[in-house]
This record gives sequence, structure tokens and C-alpha cells, in this order.
Amino acid sequence: MTKKGFTVRKKLEQIKKNGRKAFIPYIMAGDPNLEETAKRLKILEQSGADIIELGVPFTDPLADGPTIQRAAERALNSGTTLRKILKFLVDFKDKINVPIVLMTYLNPVFCYGIERFFRDAQKANIGGVIFPDLTVEEAQPYRYFAKKYGIDIIFLIAPTSTPERVKKIIRASTGFVYYVSITGITGASLKLDKTFEKHINFVKSLGKPVCLGFGVSNTEEAGYVSKYADGVIVGSAIVKAFHENPDKAYGFITSLREAI
Amino acid sequence: MGSKRGYFGEYGGRFVPETLMPALEELERAFLKAKNDRNFIAEFESLLKEYVGRPTPLYFAKRFTEYLGGAKIYLKREDLAHTGAHKINNALGQALLAKKLMKKERIIAETGAGQHGVATATGAALTGLKCDIYMGTEDIRRQNLNVFRMNLLGARVLPVDTGSKTLKDAINEALRDWTTNVRTTHYVLGTVFGPHPYPMLVRFFQSIIGREARKQILKKEGRLPSLLIACVGGGSNSIGLFSGFLRDKEVKMIGVEAGGKGIESGLHAARFAGGAKGIFQGCLSYVLEDEDGNILQTHSVSAGLDYASVGPEHAYLKDTGRVQYTYATDDEALKAFELLSNFEGIIPALESAHAVAEAIKIAPKMSKDAIIIINLSGRGDKDVQEVARIKGEDSSLRSE
Repeated sequence: MTKKGFTVRKKLEQIKKNGRKAFIPYIMAGDPNLEETAKRLKILEQSGADIIELGVPFTDPLADGPTIQRAAERALNSGTTLRKILKFLVDFKDKINVPIVLMTYLNPVFCYGIERFFRDAQKANIGGVIFPDLTVEEAQPYRYFAKKYGIDIIFLIAPTSTPERVKKIIRASTGFVYYVSITGITGASLKLDKTFEKHINFVKSLGKPVCLGFGVSNTEEAGYVSKYADGVIVGSAIVKAFHENPDKAYGFITSLREAI
Repeated sequence: MGSKRGYFGEYGGRFVPETLMPALEELERAFLKAKNDRNFIAEFESLLKEYVGRPTPLYFAKRFTEYLGGAKIYLKREDLAHTGAHKINNALGQALLAKKLMKKERIIAETGAGQHGVATATGAALTGLKCDIYMGTEDIRRQNLNVFRMNLLGARVLPVDTGSKTLKDAINEALRDWTTNVRTTHYVLGTVFGPHPYPMLVRFFQSIIGREARKQILKKEGRLPSLLIACVGGGSNSIGLFSGFLRDKEVKMIGVEAGGKGIESGLHAARFAGGAKGIFQGCLSYVLEDEDGNILQTHSVSAGLDYASVGPEHAYLKDTGRVQYTYATDDEALKAFELLSNFEGIIPALESAHAVAEAIKIAPKMSKDAIIIINLSGRGDKDVQEVARIKGEDSSLRSE
């Protein structure tokens, strides 16, 4: 009997079994409003997303570059909050077949209430969560409730992570681990370290699915890094495409899918 | 201290992107090593003496005391430290740490009032490190003199035009820079805030204020003070002073936050009066936030207190009741700024004027043999232009 929930890990196991790579696009919820988010989620599904990463706007997104900062500002200006996003997803969950991973800074969750957040996330069919400012050292209550409510909790590994830290992070992560490709913020250019290949291969050798993100902005880069990972996450480039060139967004996203 | 590492009671911790974690671990190791490294401490103390001009005087403010007609008022003269504020104690300590123990080639910092930026630029010039300072464009406008000083000291001032364009946005940008250049760069955080080990590290370098003050008051008065007063932005000058007296149960302490235009107006930076628990810029503390966890805009006439959160040790000291926290409004601080200038010939920084404002309220109610020490954390030269501008706009602030 399979356990209820944990849709992210199930999806990745299935993709791995089929010898494919996961395509994980990111958009900011509420950019520019939640009605548009509903449309964009459908577009992402139609263009072949395996998992969708949905951002929660926060006033002080310190891991994000200008593209996602501005998307967060647009979302906040339309009154989008964690509460409204969870409510929106409760209504929307039957209209989409792709697992959704919520990417949110910690403070909105902390203020919402940690257990209440995971309970409501379960009601909204959320498959997983990523907290860019949660380190494994501080994660105990978050891991506890994620497990209780059947939600995968995805931690980030950076190029600077030492082997000891990598092991700790792998142990804590469920679903997949998020490999941050560069030392930097989202939307920066993809300048891989000389030791990139060795480092990511070490991470992969520990057995959990590894998806890579940060700085992947076009089909060439997506294709290149997909060789090293089980999945590729594209954020800023997609946020930008939807914002600046909405007519061409579908084509761009489909081409990313094909490159991976 | 809490039982968990990096915590003060339930406050503190490390809430940062993973990219920074190895750097924080490295910093913690370097700090623990430096604390027990005789050569490092000897060099630091020698610089405090020869370069910063420590110990700073503990000055009896006779005319100000007479004017208020109550407790005896002493000023701990951090405004006389090199570069004009207590910030140099920490900036120099961290610059040495970056250069000697961590072998970094560049340091960065955020700054609000510009005092920490100037102090860091000074530390960089002294140690031969490259230096970039992040500063909100609103703060650049109101603290222009300090921008010029930083440039003169060889640092670049990088304007931050996002959010409220003040201190918190400068910290975001500094953290983004650090995340990108973490291998070569040390981030000189200016206050007892952020992820562990910063609150402990900055406290260590600032604790000299309290150690000196305790020794000085015992020498002058033969007894401990009744009350300590210090302004609280992030909270480093106050922790510096308070840390020397925490064990002396008879010594009361008051931390003064920025009341801005009043708590009801919503235009303030009084985290204890108007905030709640939150996780922001690396640690758990009191934060000015809305119910959805987004960070609120703050306001204060003083750029150095204009910040949405407060050091985790202060949150702990508030909960335990060891320190009392209150606030002074913009108007009260501006009046204190003028009064101290008039009565003592000492122009305080607008930040420190908040502490002076509390003394104006409380000293007249105390007996004449009570003793108050105010931490005069910085000098007001940097604020003269901005105060002149405000006075031009609002003639009611003109002195009689």
C-alpha cells in the first residue's frame, strides 16, 4: 500500500524509472494576481512540467535576484498572501495534475503557525515545500509536521556545502534535494565552479534524487546541466518570459522542456 | 543564554541560505579561536588604545544634571571614539578577524546612519582590505556627509533603491553580495543581530564599553549606577554597555527604541511596543511585521534606529524583565539633541539623542544621589544638516 501524500517523491521515482529527467518550472503566486496564476499553472502543465514550484511573495527575499524580487513586489501589490495562496490552491487542486511545491521564506509560515501551515498545505494538495532560509540545524519542527501531513520537505545544497553538511542535508530532504548551481542568488548568470562536476556527483552518490536550479536561463544551459541532475529547475527566466513576453512564454517553456 | 547553541532563550538561531552556512561556521571557528588567541587580543586591545583612543571618558554632565534637577547624569563618551561612534569597536575587531584569521581579501557592510559604514571603511583602510558598503538611497540622502567620508576612506558606497530604501534593504543587498562572493569576502555585520555567531561576536567586541564604564563609575563614585540608558536600533551600543552590568542586580537598565511619529501613527521602529515574534534576516526575534509575516516599513528621524527588528539578546532580556524597553519619538529626540548641545556643548547623534530623551523624562523623578549612565553612542556632526532641514520645515522645533 502506498502512503498518502508525498507526491513529489513518487513523481521523481516514476520519472527516474522511465529514464527521464524532471522539468520543474517556477512562477511567483499572485504575479500579477491569482487569476493569472491559475492560467499560468495550466500553461506550465500543458508545456510538460513534471513538478511546479510556486513562490510565495515576501517583502525581503534575500536569496532572490531582481527578477523574482520584482515579481514578489507585483504579487504583494495585488494583495497576495500565504493565506490567500493556500485558499486558492484548495479551489484549484482538482484542475491540475502536476504536484506543486511551495517555495516560501520562513517568516510567513512562522506567523501562519507551523503545524497549521502543513495541515492546510495538505488540504490544498501541496506536494512539497522549499524554505530557502531554513537550515537543517533549525529544521526539526518543520520536518516533524511535514512528515505528519504527508508533505515532502526539500532542502538546498550549495557549492560551498562541505561533505558533512551535504550528508546532513541529504538525510533531512525528502522528495529531492535542491542543488544550487552557483554561489549566488536566483537569476544570476550560470558560472559553474571548476569543482561543480565532482561536487554534484558526490551529492548524487548519496542516493536521493537531485534537481538543479539557480542561473539556468535558456535551453542550452538547461540541456547541459540536465546531464548532471535528475531534474532541472528554471525560475527567473520563466518569470521574466511571462512578465515581458506572455505570448511567447508557452513556446519558450516548451523548448526548455524539450532540452531537458 | 539559552541551552541551544546560538540562542538567547528562544531567540536567535541561524536562518540563512545554505550557501552562507559554511561561512558562518568558519566565522564561528575564527571567533572562538580569536577569543583565546593572545596575539589577536593583544593587537586588538592595542588598536583600541592607540588608534580608537580608548578608554572613552565617563563624563559627569553637571549642567545637564542641574537643569533636570534629579539623578546625577554621566555620559559614556563613545562619541569621542575614532570615527565618532561606538561602531569602530566592532568594525575593527571584524576587519582584523577577516584579515588575520580568515585571510579574506574583501569586506562588505550595510549601513544606516553611515557610522558603521565609516567604521568598516576605516577598518578596511587600516588592514588593507577592499571594501564595499551598502546603503539605502533614503539614508544616503539624509547622511550625505558619511557617504563622502566612506569614499574618502577608499570604500565604494553602493546605493540600494529597493523596499524602504533604508537599513533593512541594505542588509538584504549585503547578504546577496555575500552569498555571491562568500569565498573571498567577509560580511562585517554592524550590530548584535543576524545569524549566529554575529550577535555573540558583535557583543564581544562591544563589551569593552560596559567593562570600562563599570570601572570608571566605581572609581568616580565608589558605587554602581542606579540606571543605564541606551538607544536600541539593532542593539549593539546598548548590549555593549549593559553586558558589563548584567550580573549587578541593583543596576536597572532601559533600552530606548525609535518611537518615530508615535506608535498609533504606525510610523515608528519600536519593535517591542508594536512588533511580534518573527524570523527575519537570519534570526528569530521581535519584528515589525503584518499578520501574514511580511515586514513593515519603519520610520525614525534617526537612520541608525530605523530598522524592523532587534537583536535576539534584547528580545531575551525583555522577556526575562532584566531590561526595560521604551521609546522616544522623533520630536523628543530632536529636543534632547538641542538640550544636550545647549547645556553641555556636546552634540549627540540623533540615535543617542533617544537615550538622552529618556533621561530627560526619568531623571527629574529620581533622587539626587541616584546615578544614571547614558551611553552617548555617537556624535551628531553627521545629523546637523538633516536637523537643520527638519527645523526649516517645522518652526515649532526652534528653541526658545
